[in-house]
Amino acid sequence: MTSETLIWLIPLPPLLAFFLIVLFTNRNKALSHWLALIASGLSWLAGMIVFFKAVTTEGLSEHPFAQSIPWLPTGNTSLKIGIQIDPLSAVVLFFVAWTVLMIFIYSVGYHNFGQPAGKHDRKGLPPEGAEIKDKNGKIVHVPSIEPMYSRFFALISLFAFAMFLLVVTDNLLTLYVGWEIMGLCSYLLIGFWYAKESARKAMIKAFLTTRVGDVFMLLGLAALYSLTGTLNYQEILGNPAVLEQLAGALSPVLGLSWAALIGILIFIGTVGKSAQFPLHIWLPDAMEGPTPVSAMIHAATMVSAGVYLVIRFFPLLSAGWEPGGVVTTPMLVMGIIGAFTALFAATIAVAQNDVKRVLAYSTISQLGYMIAALGVGAYAAAAFHLVTHAFFKALLFLGSGSIIHGMEHGVLHTGEHIDPQNMLNMGGLRKKMPVTFWTFLIGGLALSGFPLVTAGFWSKDEILSGAFTGGNMGVFIALALAALLTAFYTARQITLTFLGQPRTKAAEHAHESKWTMTLPLVVLSVFAVGAGWSGIPADFPGLGGLIPNWFEEFVGSMLHFEPAEAVHSLVPLFTSLVVALGGLALGWVVYRRLSERVDPLEKPLGSIYTILKNKYYVDELYQATVIRPANWVANVFTYKFLDQTIIDGVLHAIARFGVWLGNGLRNIIDLPLVNGAGDTAAATTRGVGMFLRSKQSGRIQQYMVIAISLLVLAGLVIYFTVGIS
Amino acid sequence: MIPLSWYLIAAAALFCIGLFGVLSRKNAVSILMSVELMLNAVNINLLAFWHYHTQLQGAGQITPQVFVAMVFIVAAAEVAVGLALIISAYRRRETPVVDEMTLLKG
Repeated sequence: MTSETLIWLIPLPPLLAFFLIVLFTNRNKALSHWLALIASGLSWLAGMIVFFKAVTTEGLSEHPFAQSIPWLPTGNTSLKIGIQIDPLSAVVLFFVAWTVLMIFIYSVGYHNFGQPAGKHDRKGLPPEGAEIKDKNGKIVHVPSIEPMYSRFFALISLFAFAMFLLVVTDNLLTLYVGWEIMGLCSYLLIGFWYAKESARKAMIKAFLTTRVGDVFMLLGLAALYSLTGTLNYQEILGNPAVLEQLAGALSPVLGLSWAALIGILIFIGTVGKSAQFPLHIWLPDAMEGPTPVSAMIHAATMVSAGVYLVIRFFPLLSAGWEPGGVVTTPMLVMGIIGAFTALFAATIAVAQNDVKRVLAYSTISQLGYMIAALGVGAYAAAAFHLVTHAFFKALLFLGSGSIIHGMEHGVLHTGEHIDPQNMLNMGGLRKKMPVTFWTFLIGGLALSGFPLVTAGFWSKDEILSGAFTGGNMGVFIALALAALLTAFYTARQITLTFLGQPRTKAAEHAHESKWTMTLPLVVLSVFAVGAGWSGIPADFPGLGGLIPNWFEEFVGSMLHFEPAEAVHSLVPLFTSLVVALGGLALGWVVYRRLSERVDPLEKPLGSIYTILKNKYYVDELYQATVIRPANWVANVFTYKFLDQTIIDGVLHAIARFGVWLGNGLRNIIDLPLVNGAGDTAAATTRGVGMFLRSKQSGRIQQYMVIAISLLVLAGLVIYFTVGIS
Repeated sequence: MIPLSWYLIAAAALFCIGLFGVLSRKNAVSILMSVELMLNAVNINLLAFWHYHTQLQGAGQITPQVFVAMVFIVAAAEVAVGLALIISAYRRRETPVVDEMTLLKG
């Protein structure tokens, strides 16, 4: 089988699994998850084969594995559907295949496969647990299996299909198709427990917010197609003539060039999908979904798709830019929004108590990092951070799911009424859940950029040095501060969750999750450490050059210009060392002796803490500036004024006119003329009949008298008028 | 030699007498007799014209006489049928008066 054929086949098994589960095996939970697991396993296998072929192929960026067939004929041309694996999509494929497979395996354990069904479990609600008798005949509470188990595997299979499709495609249109299918899956999976009102609200919020970005992206896509006549990556991005032309042509908006306008439109799509400020509000609420969903969609793959898109379109976004020169408008926008989001979300994460919400804000912050990296031109660094982040953030999310699972077990066991996701209720889980603790620790250290051993350090360091050498000090300082806060809230999270003493009874009775949940944690933690070694900068003091900087060489070959001469400076290195270690230490010091369920920062920070806790009131701001006016417009203007007054008024007026006209015609034409004529004809006939009837005497002699008189009369008339010749 | 018009006048007078009888008599049998008078007036006309025609041509023709004979035969048949009808009507309504036979009155 050629590589191309294999690439075509990568997305298909999950799609097949989706249809099989939905159509046939919905009732059989074991069969459903086996189908999904086998499908993702096949995709993983194909993905790995393709990845290793890609890695061993020389000059892959100039001659990627690509193939396409005509899809939709549009007049003389046709839209094509095709596949393409170049260095960038190869590394994305690598982490997508791994995280998807791990999350599929994890889901089996997370949804309590093998446990009895709970008596009170209902579809659309998280399982409440079941009561069974143990060996001694005592009734114990145990977790119960998810009622909509098969549905979950069907949906994540569809999601996996869309993600693989997005990665292997060779054009923007199919990418958009995958993008939108993921949006749909995200909507369905956030609202997986649809009987909860908060989940319903979150699903609608996520869908509508990303829709805002998607509309702009579609505009960009349409503009690109109408200008170049193609959506193929190679034909646009691999063609300097097209890029030059787009960068030179002036668009009608704000004096931007077409390249800048399209770049900004596409970037707005990313802002929605990757939850960048100001469209970040949906991602924290998306944590209403089951944890594997949070991990897969809202940390590892879907939100990465947004960043993947801008990395993919970097040649267009940076069209006209020379390394070291003045950045283009889209890059400037990306630098500002990315750096701002990174810092902004990191500050919010400090004041969140929900274990998943901290990670959600952390995801937003880290995605902001990648965007900012692109904004300063650190192309390979952004891609590198995308890969490492996907691994350690998936690890952290799955770890948090494991924590929640353990806590839920404790809650079931003790019957305490506490929120199993609130970190203040935890503490001391280290001894209860050792595997989860060590893997979570690795993920957390990677996230905070613990020096030398973790992947996060290498990728973050590259971004910081990229920002520093790019000469953009604002971005550099914002990112450094964000990194400090990241380390701080990570330490806070780990300390609150695992260290110290249990603060509730439920936390005392938490216990380790099953192997289906811990195995993915272990595998992902290997990558959370190891993925970083593929991209150690050559000029790094001491370690540089020991392992070749494969990643930058491989992915960096995608760009057709030489990267700027690296300024050898130790400032970014020291900065990242200081912020990572300092933040971690600070977090540990502040939270290590916590025994009450109150955040020690609440008092000293005062109103700042309240603002952070309430996420800068952005939701409230949107509520007041967007949702309330939209409701007002919908209710007062559209419904009451436009619909009820004008449209209904016009319709009623037309109806009333019709009734009036009908009555008038009836009174003027129908009743007197038509009916009158009919009635008169009938009455006349009747009258004539009555008159003639009275003449019928029945006497034959009378008739004859009349007949003969008339005959004589006729004879006389003929005689006197005609005459007889 | 009696001129043709005299015959015609006599025939017309006979016809009018018959017509008057048909229109004025009440008894159905009388009406039937009056119809015979009218038929015979026609016969007189036929014979008068035949005689006149023969004198003008100088040669005899048999057709009008046959025609008159036919009228007699038809008249005889008509009387037979008419009398039968009148008797039948009389048996049903017990009167020969036609004014009382007004079944067709509207």
